[in-house]
Amino acid sequence: MHTIESGNTAAALGVKLARAQVIAAYPITPQTPLTEKLSEFIESGQMKAAYIPVESEHSALAVCIAASTAGARAFTATSANGLLYMHEQLHWAAGARLPIVMCVVNRGVGAPWTVWNDQQDSISQRDTGWIQIYINDHQEIIDTTIKAFRIAEEVNIPVMVCYDGYILSHTYMPFDVPDQKSVDRFLPPYKPENCLDPNAPTNLNSVTLPDVRTNIRGELAHGYMELRYLLQEDLRKSIDVITTIEQDYKKIFNRGEGACLEEYRCEDASFIAVGMGSLAFHLRVAADALRKEGIKVGVVGIRLYRPFPDEAVSFALSKADGVIVFEKAISYGYMGPLCSDITSALYKDANPPFVHNYILGIGGRTIKTDALIDAIRNSCSRPEGSDTADSLRWIGLKI
Amino acid sequence: MGTRECNQITSAGEPGPGDGGKTGSWRVLRPVIDPSICIPARKNIAACFICWLYCPDCTITRTIPPTIDYEYCKGCGICAEECPTKAITMVEESGFISEENK
Amino acid sequence: MEKDIINISWHGRGGQGAITAAKIVATASFQTGYTGVVMVPTFGTERRGAPVMTSLKISKEKIYDLSPIENPDIAVVLDYLLLDEINIVEGLKQGGILVVNTPKPSDSYTYNGIRVATADITAIADESGLAYGMVNSGIIGAFAKASSLIDIDVLANAIREEFKDRKPEENARAALVTYERTIINYGD
Repeated sequence: MHTIESGNTAAALGVKLARAQVIAAYPITPQTPLTEKLSEFIESGQMKAAYIPVESEHSALAVCIAASTAGARAFTATSANGLLYMHEQLHWAAGARLPIVMCVVNRGVGAPWTVWNDQQDSISQRDTGWIQIYINDHQEIIDTTIKAFRIAEEVNIPVMVCYDGYILSHTYMPFDVPDQKSVDRFLPPYKPENCLDPNAPTNLNSVTLPDVRTNIRGELAHGYMELRYLLQEDLRKSIDVITTIEQDYKKIFNRGEGACLEEYRCEDASFIAVGMGSLAFHLRVAADALRKEGIKVGVVGIRLYRPFPDEAVSFALSKADGVIVFEKAISYGYMGPLCSDITSALYKDANPPFVHNYILGIGGRTIKTDALIDAIRNSCSRPEGSDTADSLRWIGLKI
Repeated sequence: MGTRECNQITSAGEPGPGDGGKTGSWRVLRPVIDPSICIPARKNIAACFICWLYCPDCTITRTIPPTIDYEYCKGCGICAEECPTKAITMVEESGFISEENK
Repeated sequence: MEKDIINISWHGRGGQGAITAAKIVATASFQTGYTGVVMVPTFGTERRGAPVMTSLKISKEKIYDLSPIENPDIAVVLDYLLLDEINIVEGLKQGGILVVNTPKPSDSYTYNGIRVATADITAIADESGLAYGMVNSGIIGAFAKASSLIDIDVLANAIREEFKDRKPEENARAALVTYERTIINYGD
């Protein structure tokens, strides 16, 4: 069933179809319509879930952690400073191996205040151990939200589904709403690994010692380091799981390409532009224009950011002469985070392409197609080697 | 020429009307002060000025009588709400528009 | 590239329903075969009365560029006073169309190379039984007449659907009457 609705509504519909059972959220622009829609669904009886209004985002994720620990499928959503407010709980949810799904409606962080889009909020949380997926349009919003629950529950790692505030959350475009029966086939009910159960009392996430210990059964139990190692190991293994789940989704719904990344006109590309989120789609317009000028440009849109699909990225990019990375975030004091990650993935190549780094769209600074075209053309014609932290290029800066 | 010359390292600004452009056009209702009820106007003394204090956009002057800068006043109605003698009424802007356009 | 996308900018004041109007046209466009349709509101500092703008892009192919329209093919203005405040005409393409809700006569607006379509939609809405100032359904009629892009009956049905709990017939009537009464001036 096709509908023309906003990105936030697409996300809400995805959560409803995924049969989330507990929703705890705090409103923040530009996420607010998502949670309002969910509370409408619940109030009208269309969705059987408990909506728990909380007094802060920290509490929102804390309630989801509790609900998930009690065996419920839990969901929350936030943006920017709201995400930062729950930062402590992000680490907790990942370390506790809880399959919580959260939509992050990307917005720049204060200070100074902004409500407009960039990706600093979620990207700055990439070290927490959450799976992070960046999506490009409304169809992907609804599809990925549904897939996220299946991914999370299969690998026992929480998943962040990130989409651009305003640019996607508040724009309207057509998308297909999957039918409930098919979603139920794809996503079975949640079966928790460990769960709060009065009939089988257990200690969960208690203090661990620097070293391993013997438990009451005389077995060697994990120390802190082993548990954290397992999170890393399972994150790396999840790349294959995510790819398989993508294929399963495609079998039922007939759509879904590139769980890790999607290539556009890369087969013979000399230069490849890279972006995440709606920018990955916008770059295609620039690539098409440059192709008409005879410059062989392709685009790689990265979807899976954590775990970082370094093999897939290296395979997609290493054959190009140059890689031009566009991002709406910066690792302050150094470079664009995506650029750093890509550069290190390419390091092992015998003859890696040059890598240029463009920072743009910060705090919602409008991104114009002509500016993208000029940047790529500029990089293609004067490749002075890869960028360093002091040669970062900014698009749209008016200082 | 870019913004470098403004010499700030964070978002800082002086209070006063105009930081957001000429927002007077946003008005749907306009505050009008009745000088026969307004304390400083009626008694010719520097007293009250609660409207000046509460205006979020600094468009009211601390003068006898207080005056409102209609180029910036957004018509939020806080002055009318706070005036202790109800000297300020919110009036439909459309009446003023047709007058001013003539 | 750009040839295949029709760019329509909508200008109103916060609370007037410009975004709803654009959304209705988006729905009708999709039904008519423009499957690549996006409606991108521009968000600034907002409140009732402040100028708002939304970009409606329609195409038969998927649209990948969600940036705000700078050079519209058609500019739709829900409040004629906005023309004095914001430079709407400057960005309009040569040969483009300006659609305005105005009580002024059609020949008050002349711009080189721009077609102007006018109607007193505020009055028509009032006539049609809508609350004073509810011009966002009527403006769709003016847009339909000026652009000839989408059938007015398809739009009227989309209007009835959007307003199904809030005077659907009156809103549809406002659009249909405006369609009849819209005057188009061809600039020289």
